[in-house]
Amino acid sequence: MAEEKKLFKVTIDNITVEVEPGTTILNAARQIGGEVTPPAMCYYSKLKGSGGKCRTCLVEVAAGSTADPRPMPKLVASCRTTVMDGMIVKNITSDRVLEAREGVVEFLLINHPLDCPICDQAGECDLQDLSYSHGTEGTRFEFQKRTFIKHNLGPYIQLHMTRCILCYRCVYVADQLTSKRVHGILDRGDRAEIATYIEKALDNDFIGNVIDVCPVGALTDRTFRFKNRVWFTKPVKAHRNCSKCCGKVHAWLRGDEILRVTGRKDQWGEVEDWICNECRFEKKNLTDWEIEGPADINRHSVISQGHYSGKIGTTKPTETFPNIMNGRQPKLLMDIHSVSEVNPPDLNLAAIPGPAHSGDFEEKKEISDKQ
Amino acid sequence: MEFSEEKLKKVSEIIARYPEGKQKSALLPVLHLAQEQFGWLSVETMDYVAALLSLEPVEVYEVATFYSMYNLEPVGKYLFEVCQTGPCMINGSDDIIAYIGERLGITPGETTADGLFTLKTVECLGACGYAPMMQLGKHYREHLTKDKVDAIIEECRNNAAANN
Amino acid sequence: MGRKLLLEHAGVEGIRYYDAYRKKGGYASVEKALKMTPEAIVEEVKKSGLRGRGGAGFPTGLKWSFIAKPEGVPRHLVCNADESEPGTFKDRYLMEFIPHLLIEGLIVSSFALGSNTTYIYIRGEYAWIPDILEQAIAEAKVNGWLGKNILGSGFDCEIYVQRGAGAYICGEETALIESLEGKRGNPRIKPPFPAIKGLWDRPTVVNNVETLTAIVPVINLGGEEYAKIGVGRSTGTKLISACGNINKPGVYEIDMTISVEEFIFSDEYCGGMANGKKLKACIPGGSSVPILPANLLLKTAKGETRYMNYESLSDGGFATGSMMGSGGFVVLDEDQCVVKHTYTIARFYRHESCGQCSPCREGTGWMEKILKNIDTGKGKMSDIDLLWDIQGKIEGNTICPLGDAAAWPVAAAIRHFRDEFEWHVRNPEECLRRNFGLAHYADPLEAVA
Ligand SMILES: Cc1cc2nc3c(=O)[nH]c(=O)nc-3n(C[C@H](O)[C@H](O)[C@H](O)COP(=O)(O)O)c2cc1C
Ligand code: SF4
Ligand code: SF4
Ligand code: FES
Ligand code: FES
Repeated sequence: MAEEKKLFKVTIDNITVEVEPGTTILNAARQIGGEVTPPAMCYYSKLKGSGGKCRTCLVEVAAGSTADPRPMPKLVASCRTTVMDGMIVKNITSDRVLEAREGVVEFLLINHPLDCPICDQAGECDLQDLSYSHGTEGTRFEFQKRTFIKHNLGPYIQLHMTRCILCYRCVYVADQLTSKRVHGILDRGDRAEIATYIEKALDNDFIGNVIDVCPVGALTDRTFRFKNRVWFTKPVKAHRNCSKCCGKVHAWLRGDEILRVTGRKDQWGEVEDWICNECRFEKKNLTDWEIEGPADINRHSVISQGHYSGKIGTTKPTETFPNIMNGRQPKLLMDIHSVSEVNPPDLNLAAIPGPAHSGDFEEKKEISDKQ
Repeated sequence: MEFSEEKLKKVSEIIARYPEGKQKSALLPVLHLAQEQFGWLSVETMDYVAALLSLEPVEVYEVATFYSMYNLEPVGKYLFEVCQTGPCMINGSDDIIAYIGERLGITPGETTADGLFTLKTVECLGACGYAPMMQLGKHYREHLTKDKVDAIIEECRNNAAANN
Repeated sequence: MGRKLLLEHAGVEGIRYYDAYRKKGGYASVEKALKMTPEAIVEEVKKSGLRGRGGAGFPTGLKWSFIAKPEGVPRHLVCNADESEPGTFKDRYLMEFIPHLLIEGLIVSSFALGSNTTYIYIRGEYAWIPDILEQAIAEAKVNGWLGKNILGSGFDCEIYVQRGAGAYICGEETALIESLEGKRGNPRIKPPFPAIKGLWDRPTVVNNVETLTAIVPVINLGGEEYAKIGVGRSTGTKLISACGNINKPGVYEIDMTISVEEFIFSDEYCGGMANGKKLKACIPGGSSVPILPANLLLKTAKGETRYMNYESLSDGGFATGSMMGSGGFVVLDEDQCVVKHTYTIARFYRHESCGQCSPCREGTGWMEKILKNIDTGKGKMSDIDLLWDIQGKIEGNTICPLGDAAAWPVAAAIRHFRDEFEWHVRNPEECLRRNFGLAHYADPLEAVA
């Protein structure tokens, strides 16, 4: 028998775990779970090369290792830094980290349209979650936000670049799951965008997975029927025999209707297995699927909290935010979430300088009412 | 849409500088060659380069849009790229830019109606000691004054007339 | 006159070409080096105390000793000729006027590192310089300094010139490598470092042009002799590219014992302020290093003379000091507006951010917008604090040091010239008509007199 592999001890926010050498700080923290796990907006464990870009997962290394206990001078991206034996890491116990993360969240939001009321991702958006947990109140950005035009990338996928946080995940999906990448990152700096350059359809058996990996509502499912708010739909585990992929999915239902199909996501919001386009976009009948039972949506996000009792699609959520957020008052986006009717799709939030407030919706509504 | 014989030879020479299978490294130099021949990089040109180097077209678009020297739209025959960064600014680059604009009747980013001149502001070109300055084609024009700008415009016009 | 190691023969007729260069003792270091072992060369470089001239000042010998040598995997030396930091134009001078010095340094360094294929990555805008370098390479090859089995040593070496296409970020060594691989110039996330996995995943060393030319005198003199020139850990000579409101902008080789005052005011170097104006401020090491007001430039906070070397320029840390950086020395006179200057620098970094990481991508654009407002009289008092806060949230939190490079100049401008920012806010109309001027930054020279 081979000798037992030596494990590395790493302490994160005073909790010690033993992990395999080569494990990143983020994955070590995920083994502990809970609040000590840094948020990750760009890293995706199933996508090689991902991570390091968004900087939301920054942590402080208070001691590099037992052998060299010196602290690291700069905060490091936990998703791309491997642990050393005896490493001591501070995440939520470090003021520096919290301050830096607050900065990162602010940076991610200054050009974000905050158009959650009309965004399909609302309720299962990592950026929305992040801004609740780590954002600050209001915005200090007083300039016109950057905007891009919406594009349909073929019949299945819509790109709303204005919402993109340039995590590069969708590029890795195209590189690693499909034989031919037709979209990519164009231009640079704050002009950078996801695009195809010339109008082209994203067309490949596995390209639909870009929708699942996208942490925000930049890439969405054009076949998501009726554009329902996700918290009014009920996810179930379903499977079918598929020759192309595992065929194991979450089907999102309202009544007896399948509104959309996605990969099954784990507690970190990552899909367990990639699914093919046919399963995702073309199998929208209950008879296409073998239903296994309700899916556990194991995330700290609005959809899991927003789990309602009663018959799906008939009841509006009655919970207040402080209620479902363990007494915490959401600092951002609150007003545009409190009532689900404030979703006038003709409202272009990106065109509003500064943050959107409920007044913007009401005003707009009044205007359209008068018309 | 094709490279000249001579350019194709140059492309093979460039590819030979890198290890087997690393011909993607030739992308920047080959895009320079393409721009030399065609003046700017159209989608057609970029697709041609992609085919030449066995790349996906999007890999070429990604690169061509990243680097500021590639023209993704047609530009005038004479492209005035005037530096406006700090060291040039304190030596009066703003006045030079305004003066060129006035002389040519265009603002930065525009091309004259006759298609001869494009004015563009750029960031530091590594000639800060010889400011104000601009790039014109392959070379730099330094220590610019209004008189020098006049002379350069004259020179371009003469050159254009001679080549037509 | 200070000692010249690199520019000694810069004035010699025809030095750009092989014959004149060879007559002046060119390529002697190759003859000497190829009789040594690569390890012995690395030792000499370590002894010389030579520090990287690209900006970071990392000891070159030490850097070379890190290169991995896995069996059967080729290694590469890449010369960083991307030179794009505002204020910096020294590498251009070397390549344009004494190209053989770089080729000579590259051959020795390639031998020391075991690089049989070496690349010079030069910024795309220096479009005429590749021709000069390629001619020098061809001449060197004809004369047996490059190619197969150089001088019968068994060492083969080829040097190729690759042009960039307009991206400051490609000066960052891993972005440069990406660009050389034909990709967007996105810096890599480290580790792994290039010394382990660089160009095409092979062990790679990236060095600045000036660093590699300095290898020539290091070998010719021997590391110990070289280390005797200069002072402390600032050994050898350094090229400074001086620009701004001085009488004689240009590239100067200094030995690092001269004072800043001597550098600006002596006729041997900058020749004093242009048009008899007063010295207001200076950025001594390229646009990313902290700007210093005249009083802190010539004397340290302790009142000691400030010298043109790594240690002295950084004396006082960021609170009252600056950095040697890339040697881009930008002098501002009393007529210059620090707010406007800072705005153009912020605009530069925004333009050059690769956009990979959020603090730099978003923060640089935000800072530029606020600075533009303040410069044009549309700013608010709170904008100054906001700027300070934003730069603090970029610094140290990014993938590559471009984020820091964008943050530091803004921080230093506010730190030392806050009243000028406030004056802009308070005088929104007047600030469009005139500059703040020298104000209380009393000319230290006048004060002495
Ligand atoms: C944003 C950025 C730009 C840089 N630009 C240059 C450059 O133009 N030239 C250069 O030699 N080094 C540049 N550097 C430093 C290089 O990353 C690297 O440290 C240097 O080439 C190493 O060479 P040296 O040790 O000889 O100085 C830059 C670094 C950063 C972060
Ligand atoms: S579109 Fe979505 S997945 Fe792609 S880079 Fe933007 S945020 Fe990331
Ligand atoms: S700091 Fe700026 S230039 Fe560097 S990787 Fe991040 S975005 Fe790119
Ligand atoms: S998740 Fe680590 S930097 Fe984005
Ligand atoms: S600032 Fe204009 S060339 Fe450097």
